[in-house]
Amino acid sequence: MKTYGGKVLFLDRSDINTDEIIPAKYLTEISKEALKPHMLEDLKLEGFHAQDAAVREAKVIVTRANFGCGSSREHAPWVFDVNDINVVIASSFARIFRQNMFNCGMLAIELPEAVIREIFEHKGADASIAIDFEKDILTVTSLKGAKAFPYQLAEFDKALVKAGGWVEFADARY
Amino acid sequence: MSIQRVKTLNPHERKVINMAMTLAEKIFRSHLRDEPFPGTKVLSIDVVLCHEITTPIAINDLVARGKDRVFDPEKIKVVIDHVTPAKDTKTALQGKIMRDWARRQNIRDFFDIGRNGVCHAIFPEKGFIRPGYTVIMGDSHTCTHGAFGAFAAGVGTTDLEVGILKGVCSFRDPETIRINVNGTLSEGVYAKDVILYVIKLLTVNGATDCVMEFQGDVVKAMSMESRMTLCNMAIEAGGTSGVCMPDEVTVDYLWPFISGDYAEKPAALADFKKWWSDEGCSYKKVIDVDVSDLEPQVTVGYKPDEAKNISEVEGTPVDQIYIGSCTNGRLEDLRVAAAYLKGKLISPMVRGIVSPATPKIFRQADEEGIISIFMDAGFCVTNPTCGACLGMSSGVLAPGEVCASTTNRNFSGRMGKGGMVHLLSPAMAAVTAIEGKIADPRKFRKETL
Ligand code: SF4
Repeated sequence: MKTYGGKVLFLDRSDINTDEIIPAKYLTEISKEALKPHMLEDLKLEGFHAQDAAVREAKVIVTRANFGCGSSREHAPWVFDVNDINVVIASSFARIFRQNMFNCGMLAIELPEAVIREIFEHKGADASIAIDFEKDILTVTSLKGAKAFPYQLAEFDKALVKAGGWVEFADARY
Repeated sequence: MSIQRVKTLNPHERKVINMAMTLAEKIFRSHLRDEPFPGTKVLSIDVVLCHEITTPIAINDLVARGKDRVFDPEKIKVVIDHVTPAKDTKTALQGKIMRDWARRQNIRDFFDIGRNGVCHAIFPEKGFIRPGYTVIMGDSHTCTHGAFGAFAAGVGTTDLEVGILKGVCSFRDPETIRINVNGTLSEGVYAKDVILYVIKLLTVNGATDCVMEFQGDVVKAMSMESRMTLCNMAIEAGGTSGVCMPDEVTVDYLWPFISGDYAEKPAALADFKKWWSDEGCSYKKVIDVDVSDLEPQVTVGYKPDEAKNISEVEGTPVDQIYIGSCTNGRLEDLRVAAAYLKGKLISPMVRGIVSPATPKIFRQADEEGIISIFMDAGFCVTNPTCGACLGMSSGVLAPGEVCASTTNRNFSGRMGKGGMVHLLSPAMAAVTAIEGKIADPRKFRKETL
C-alpha cells in the first residue's frame, strides 16, 4: 500500500476536468514521470498558480463536486501519483476518474457537501489531513484546530487499495 | 417539455418484486464473471478497443510485469487515430508501440494509416459492435457504441490493461435513466441538438454511474449514425454508457456482417429483441422530452451542459469551423453540411476544416460529390483523424480564437490553449461557415445533393 495523507491543497471549484488536471498535449508521453511538472497546469481557478510551493508540497486534494470529469485519461491520477498526491477528497467524482484512482491503489474519498464545506473552513490555515485507512477516519489539523470525520469506501474499492491496484487484484483472482 | 421522476427501488427490492430488467441489467447478467463484493460486478468483455494515446502505457506495463499477453487476439481491435500521420517523434513512438504489439500478439484487426479512422466511427463501421455486447476502451466516448444495444464504457489504462490481459472489467450495478424523445424534429434540428438539450436538462454529472437509455419515436426513426451521435455524448452528462434498443435499423446496418448467422432479417430482429428493456423494469429516472418545439442548440461556455437556443447566440463571431469527430464526422453529417454549403463560399473571416471520420466515409463522400462541395466552398479537407477535436494536430486554435465545432467537448483549451469552442450540429457549422458568425440553419436553404 501507498502512504496516504499530508498537506492539503484546496481546489474550490466543481467540475474540474481531466484536461485541467493534465492537458491533452502531454498525452504523447509514454512515461508517468514525464507528466510531473505539468500537474494542474491549465486549471481555471482564481489565485491558483500551478508552480506555487503550496501546490508542489501538497499530498491531499480537497475539492467540490464532479471532480475528474471529461476524458478517461489515467494520466490524471498518474500526475497526482508522481507528485506524491495519493488522496483526493470531493463531494462527488466522475466515474472513470474515481475508478482510475482505486485501480492505481489511490484514494478517492466522497463526503457529503456539508462535510466538505467544514473541511474547507481550514483553507489558508496550513491544513493537513491524516488518513486512518483501517478505521475509515480522516483527521483534519490546521491552525484552526483538529477534527476527525468518518468516511466510507465501497468494499471493492478498499480491496483494490489493499491489493495495490486492479492489475494485482485481477491477476490473483481471474 | 416535461420532466417526470419515478421512484427508485434498490437493486435487491427489484429482484424480489420484479424480474423485469433493463437492457443494461440483462447484459450484466449474461456477462457476469464474478461478484467480488455486493454491488460490484466483474463482467467478461466481448471487445476491447485500443488507440495509441491510452494503450502504450498499458502495453509497457504488461511487458514490465512479464505478462506481455492478450486474452484473445480476435477480441482486441486496434486503431491509430488521435494523431495520424504522426506529428513528431513522440507520436511516432506511440504508433510504433501499437504496431509492434499488434504484430507480436497476432491482432488482425489493426488499422494503421491509410486504413485508419476515428475509433468510435471505424469500429462500428467494421461490424465489431453487436447488440448485447460488452465493450471497453481507454476512451471516454466509448459510450457511443451503446447505440447498437451494447453496454459500452470508457475506462482508464489500468482497466484497459486488465481487459487486454484477462478479458474482464469491473463495474458497479448499473442504474438506468430512460430518456423518451418524442414529437417531430423540425427542419434544421438534428440528433446533436437533442443530445445537447438532454445534457442541459441532466447537467454535467446528472447521469454519473448511470446508463442513459434513449427511447421514443424520434429515436426509433433515427439512423444508426444519429443514434451514435446521441450515445456519444452520454459521458458529457457523466453517463457510463448510452444505449438504444436494437431494432430494424440496427439489423439493416449490421446485415452485411450477420447475414451468415441468421436466415433472414426478421430472425435477427427477433434475436436482438431479447435485449430490450422489459415492460415494467425499474429506472432511476424517466425523462420525457418533446422535441417538436426544440430550436437548434449551441453551447456558450466551457461545459457541455451550457447549451442555449440558437436565437440567443446567433451572430457570435468565430474564427474556425470544424466538422468531424466521433460525434459528427460520419457520412450523414457530411451530407447535411454539404446540402447547406452547395454552391456557396465560406466567409473570408473564417477558416473551415472538415475531417471525414473514416476512409470509407471519405471515399463515399467523394463519390457523392460532397468533398468537391466542401473544397469549392473553401474548406480544408483532412485525412480521417481526431486531430483538432482534442487540440493535438490538424487545426489547433491560437489563444483567444473561437471554433464552431461539431465535436463533443468544449472544455477550456480543448482545441488549443486559450481557445474557445462552441458545440453545435453539422448543419449549424455549415451555415456558420457561410456567415462567419454563428447562424441559424432554419434560415438557410438546403440544396439537394
Ligand atoms: S474524435 Fe475527439 S472525442 Fe472522439 S475519440 Fe477522437 S479525440 Fe476523442
